[in-house]
Amino acid sequence: MKLLTLNFLTCAIKTCKSSPASFPLHPRDAELEVVEADLNLAFLKNILPRLMWDELRVIASELGLPALPETPPSKADLSIPSPTAPAPATTLQLDPEAIDAPENPPVVESDVEEETPSQTAVDLHRILLETCITEGKLVCGNCGHEYAVKEGVANFLLPGHLV
Amino acid sequence: MLPTPSTSHVCFDRVYEPAEDSFLLLDTISAASETAFLHNRFSQASSSTPPLILEVGVGSGVVLAFVAGNARNILGRNDALTLGTDINRFACQAASETVHKATKDHGPSVFLDIVNGDLASSIREQSVDVFIFNPPYVPAKLPDFSHHDNYNAVPTGHKSTSFEQDSYLLELSYAGGEEGMVVTNRMLGQLPRILNCVRGVAYLLLCAQNKPEEVKQRIRNWGTGWMAETVGRSGKTAGWEKLHIVRIWKEPSP
Repeated sequence: MKLLTLNFLTCAIKTCKSSPASFPLHPRDAELEVVEADLNLAFLKNILPRLMWDELRVIASELGLPALPETPPSKADLSIPSPTAPAPATTLQLDPEAIDAPENPPVVESDVEEETPSQTAVDLHRILLETCITEGKLVCGNCGHEYAVKEGVANFLLPGHLV
Repeated sequence: MLPTPSTSHVCFDRVYEPAEDSFLLLDTISAASETAFLHNRFSQASSSTPPLILEVGVGSGVVLAFVAGNARNILGRNDALTLGTDINRFACQAASETVHKATKDHGPSVFLDIVNGDLASSIREQSVDVFIFNPPYVPAKLPDFSHHDNYNAVPTGHKSTSFEQDSYLLELSYAGGEEGMVVTNRMLGQLPRILNCVRGVAYLLLCAQNKPEEVKQRIRNWGTGWMAETVGRSGKTAGWEKLHIVRIWKEPSP
């Protein structure tokens, strides 16, 4: 499971919902795997306001990953402004199918133009979408309940007495 | 016509096979009236932050993969996030592959994961922008959950699942208890907590025995601004199933 997924998960136990300590869930005994994925620069820029950065820093440190900066990067930090930059990654090209369909004119996205991801973008992409927990546990900071991750699938089903 | 995702890798002995209900969801969500509504809410021009699409009970993953693979047409943007849950671990693995296939090669959205869980109980509050649920809606006795842990994985020492196990896992996908509403009512109870109160929108499939008019009225009674309307239906003239797709959303307070 990807680390960005943890940005949207919390403890499944009802009585934990009101406690701020139930988010984020804390990885324990985690085995990590890097699974390469296409970098979507527009996505990375737009997701920044949705990231719970302090919590992400905690997760990264608990996993023994390199420390994240105290403050999240800005949109500008994610691309290289140089006009001599090499050709952009193919992920940034407009979808040819959408261009061909006259009833669906392509959405104009100013930041999908000729831009090269910076090292910061590559690193952020690596943390959010390429670093996966394959085995281990996710632990609630409020009640201490442990949710198992097996073969990359997290199990949030609760025993009957906790539902 | 937008492309329908491939589910050829899915074993339908223990994971629900896409059927009339699944395809009605695809048709409704990609219909001109719904894409207009969704573009208005989520296109890059209306909001810069990527919407999170959550499907509960993904089964084969065909619906979530369809939205993920066609997000540009459906939502008007290339950076939507997709997340799913299912109570059946085999469905989680199958759906993960279905959505991954539909979005790889520069797909117009970003796939997170399918987590094994009970409805949306593990989803952070207010985080969901587009919610999709094709529930177990058939009025039939709920399966006995006491064996779930044993039935939710290939038994130790065996190479594959047993017949009883497969029957149980399929029952989970269709049996909805009294009036077919027991699981849906539990989900509706969680919905206001997880749905973003400003731009969140939910699509819920119901059949005639679920009494859709009563369900919609109950949702409208949640409080000021809550809306519920039928935006897709099948079985008006033929077919034994009469299905509704209900859109649930909140209008801003005046």
